[in-house]
Parts: sequence; C-alpha cells; structure tokens
Amino acid sequence: MSGRFGIYGGQYIPETLMNTVIELEKAYNHFKNDPDFNAELSSLLNEYAGRPSRLYYAKRMTEALNGAKIYLKREDLNHTGAHKINNVLGQALLAKRMGKTRLIAETGAGQHGVATATAAALMGMSCVVFMGEEDMKRQALNVYRMRLLGAEVVSVSTGTGTLKDAVSKAFAEWTSRIIDTHYCLGSVMGPHPFPTIVRDFQAVISREIRAQVLEREGRLPDAVIACVGGGSNAIGSFWHFINDSCVRLIGCEAAGRGVNTFETAATISTGRVGIFHGMKSYFCQDKFGQIAPVYSISAGLDYPGIGPEHSYLHDTGRAEYVPVTDEEAVNAFEFLSRTEGIIPAIESAHAVSHAMTLAPKMTRDKIIVVTISGRGDKDCASVARYRGENIDE
Amino acid sequence: MSKIRAAFAKGKAFIPFITCGDPDIDTTKRVIHEAVRNGADIIELGIPFSDPTAEGVVIQSANYRALRNGVTTDKIFDMVRELRVDIDIPFVFMTYANVVFSYGAEKFMSACKEISADGIILPDVPFEEKGEFLPVCKSYGVDLISMVAPTSEERVAMIAREAEGFLYVVSSLGVTGVRERITTDLAGIIESVRKNSDVPCAIGFGISTPEQAREMSRIADGVIVGSAVMKIIARYGTDSAGYVGEYVKTMKDALR
Repeated sequence: MSGRFGIYGGQYIPETLMNTVIELEKAYNHFKNDPDFNAELSSLLNEYAGRPSRLYYAKRMTEALNGAKIYLKREDLNHTGAHKINNVLGQALLAKRMGKTRLIAETGAGQHGVATATAAALMGMSCVVFMGEEDMKRQALNVYRMRLLGAEVVSVSTGTGTLKDAVSKAFAEWTSRIIDTHYCLGSVMGPHPFPTIVRDFQAVISREIRAQVLEREGRLPDAVIACVGGGSNAIGSFWHFINDSCVRLIGCEAAGRGVNTFETAATISTGRVGIFHGMKSYFCQDKFGQIAPVYSISAGLDYPGIGPEHSYLHDTGRAEYVPVTDEEAVNAFEFLSRTEGIIPAIESAHAVSHAMTLAPKMTRDKIIVVTISGRGDKDCASVARYRGENIDE
Repeated sequence: MSKIRAAFAKGKAFIPFITCGDPDIDTTKRVIHEAVRNGADIIELGIPFSDPTAEGVVIQSANYRALRNGVTTDKIFDMVRELRVDIDIPFVFMTYANVVFSYGAEKFMSACKEISADGIILPDVPFEEKGEFLPVCKSYGVDLISMVAPTSEERVAMIAREAEGFLYVVSSLGVTGVRERITTDLAGIIESVRKNSDVPCAIGFGISTPEQAREMSRIADGVIVGSAVMKIIARYGTDSAGYVGEYVKTMKDALR
C-alpha cells in the first residue's frame, strides 16, 4: 500500500483534500528526480542555509562524561537556527514549481514557523503560520521573528492551545483554500506523502553525518541520538544508518514531569496505536480514543503523536525510544552550555540528556553522535522561569 | 433495501445532526424525540471527539461541552438503546476514525447492530482508507456512508459506485458551519453521481435556512443540517428540545 510503514501511515483525511495530496505526491515524485530542482535545492541549502552543518567533536563533554566519544551534529548552526529549514526549503521550492503562491504552516516552538516565514520571504510567497496561544506566550521571540519576516501569525485557542491544535487549524485552513495554497507541514507526520517528503528533505542530516564520521574516524558511529516530537530531525539523523544494524538509533521523547504522570508527551512510552491527523501511528489517548492533553517544557515536542515511520521503527526494534523529563532536559541544557559553550534548543537538550546517561556506560573507543536540532536562545526565558528566575526577553 | 435507503423513498429527507451529550444525555434524548415528532427522516448522531478537525466552531464547541460533561461512547450506545423503545427511524453515527478504531471496530459495529444503529459517517476516512472499517461494517449490517466534495472531480464516479445507504455531498470547501451562500456546482456533482449509482444524495455543510433547504432539495434527495441545530442547543441548553422541534418542522415543511 502506498504511504505505509508497516501498518502505520496512510491518508486519513477528508475527501476535500484527497485530490490535493494526490497532486502533491505526483509533483513530488516528478521533481525529486528533476536535475534542475535538485540543483536549485542544493544551492539553497549550501549558499543560503549554510550546509553542510558541522560534525563537532565535543571534547570537553566527552572528558566530563568519561566514556564514549561524543560528536555533535550542529543543525543549530543552520540559517534560522534549526534543522527545520532543510525541509522548508524543499517544500517551498516544490510548492513554487506547483504554481502555489501561499504557504501555510503549523508551529510549536516557532522554529518551523520561522523557517517557513523565511522561505516565503526568500521566494516572494505569502505566509500564514498557525500557533497555539500557549506556545505564543512561551515563544514570544519567535512570534516576533515570524512577523518581522512578513508572515501572519494566527493564534489558535481551541483545544489545548498547543501544537496539536495548530496542526488541526492548519489542515482546516488548507481544506478551505487549496488552489493557491501549500500546507508546508513541519514534521514527518500527517497523511501520505508528507512523512516521506519531510523525511527525504531531512535525510541530508544523516547523509552528512555518515560521510563526516567516516572521514574523521574511518568507521560508523555506535549510536545516533536525536529528540523526537513528530520526529523530523530524528528520522533525518537515522535514515542513512537504518541498514547498518551496528548503529544504535535512539529517539528521545519528552516525558514532561514523568511518564507516570498525566503531564507528559512521551507517545511511544505512554500511547497506543490510533488514527489522527491523517495517519495511523502511536498517540497519547484515553480508552475511548480521545486524544490526551499532553505536556512538556518544550513546545516543539509537546505533541500527542509521533510520525508513522518511527512507530514502525519502534515495532520492528530497529530504533529505540526513551523518555526524558523536563528536569533532565533542563540539566542537559545547562550542562552543554557550560561544558561546550553551546546553548542547545530545549528540544535538542532531551537528546543531550540521554547522551549524558549513555556515554559513561560505554567504553572510550565507542562513538556517539547527538543531533543538536536547534539553538537555544529562544528557550532562555522559559528555562530561567523553570529555575525560578523571571527575565525580560 | 437498507433502512436508510427506505427513508429516502418517502420523499425528500431532512437529516438533523445532533452532538450527543451536549449539554447532557437527557437533553439529547428529548431533542431527538422532538426532532422525530416534527418530521426528521434520519438522525445523524455525533459521537464527540477531542479534536474534531472537520468541524467549524459551533460543532467544535458542542464536542468540547459534551466531553467536559462526561459523555462517552458507551453512554451514547446506552442512550440509543433506550431511544429504540419508541423510535424507529434510521440513526447514523458521525464520529472520527480514532473513536471507532480505539473502541475496536468489531466491538463498535457489533454494538451498532445490537442497538439498531444503521450507518456511520467517518469524515477522516476517505475512499482509499475505507478498507480499514468496511469489512466489519458489512458483517454487522452497518452502512459506511461515503462523502464527495467540491474538489472530488473525477473521483465522484468511483466513490458513487461503491456508496452505501446515502451519499453525503459536501456543499463547500472548509469545515462545517452556517454559510450565507453556497457557490459549488452541486447539480454537476450530483449528475455524475446519478450516472454511476442510484444511491440517494444528501447535501450537507452550510445549510441553515428553509430557503436553502428547498433549493438543495431540487437537485438532491435530502439535506443535512448540523451547525444550525447545535446553535439552538448552545443557546437554550437543557431547554432546547422544543426549539429544535420547531426548527425541524420549519425545515421539513420546506422540503414537502
């Protein structure tokens, strides 16, 4: 079946959108093999977004943990400060080739919204970003950035006022305005073909890691660690290692205040299989299938589902998914800042935290790659708040 | 002939939509009784979902209110069982894929059969995904209602050929909600349905006035009205039954 990862994925969307996603799939299948399209995308990724991103040997972190050698994949150094730009440049270029003039997007932490607003500005397209009202409070700086870039930011107050509701609102908007509009989905989720398109555009991360680590170490890493909300930077970090069974692939979910509390967003640890937002996958839900209100300090991981390919990698055992709490993530946020002078996004800090747990249990000849999916400037105010300090942004 | 199709044989059908449990199950029961007494031909019963992505703000709010007040799928099944004592017209459930999937499709459809619920509408299950639920619907005699939309174009024929019960013709782009004007070429869509199937066509999304209903009934076999009904319930709460009854009568009269 098309667009399936085992039993997961699919196209659970209203009939109104079916021809649109079919048209998108056709366009993608055409342009992904088009030399002009790929040349233009490569040029944008290199000249505009600053790729390839660095694979940095974190010497002081390695020494402090006294175990496996740690490399950081620096997606935080991309233009706009996160991995989101990789996917957005691809989709914006695709939308433009399809004759669309308007991009809409959902955003949680604001990084995908900023990336979409950036691509829209660059390509002369109009842009509307949907953002939960809770998230607009948590990520005020990114709201300002999006508006500065010319995007309209729409506050979503329905439901829990977070990422899930922003996704619902963006789909509803797409259902009412299709002709000139492309929904630039920010993660490896939603109906087919999005999980595949977004994965392909993010796979550049593992393509580079692989080449960089081979060049530096002459061998593959023992583990690749990335944070997972919908899971786009994780699938991008995993993709070119999936057939190398010697490389452990580890996704770090946001456990919020803990997987035994109701204030968590750890989908694999606490959810079960369901159908929502266009896909069959794991979701946090109650026994009647009502989607659970989820919580994490990280607005970007505060989502009750996970991309369908991750559900498949979990079921087959090819990737492992571990929960990381707010407290652990904040500790890692501070640790990396002090040890390496790198302030990671609070999302990425979930991955750093697990590396801090894992590295000391491994010998010094082992290699871990941690993807730093974004930079942490946007999170300083909320981490300060978490530590009981109020700072003015 | 299924009970749903038989309901269209008596003339143009009026199908009110009611979100179950808004504001509470007792009110929903009284509203349904009044709707039936005033001429509703089929009742579309919404099982609330936490994230009703195909709904506009009116039905969204009805979903939230009902869930806040503690309604569950099981309580709705119990309600329908009680209503079946003296109501015979077809009931069609409307909910989202996850509500059925999570309950267990087999268990859900078996309950539908037991309480004589005749059909189900799942707006997030298009033609390509209906295999998820269709076999189990068939084995319990529940009609899985298909939808066509203004954007369906060449898909209309394929969908119509396999449609059961009735075909839900979505009048407009976007989500549910009252609209002043409907600009889609519905006659064209229904014409291509007729070429491929004799399934009755009911138009929904955006209809609220008797004039709109009458206009739609010239080309279709029935009309579905949701947001206008739920607006009455939002306004009058537990006292809604009589007001919904009056509204149903006006709408049904417009279709006679």
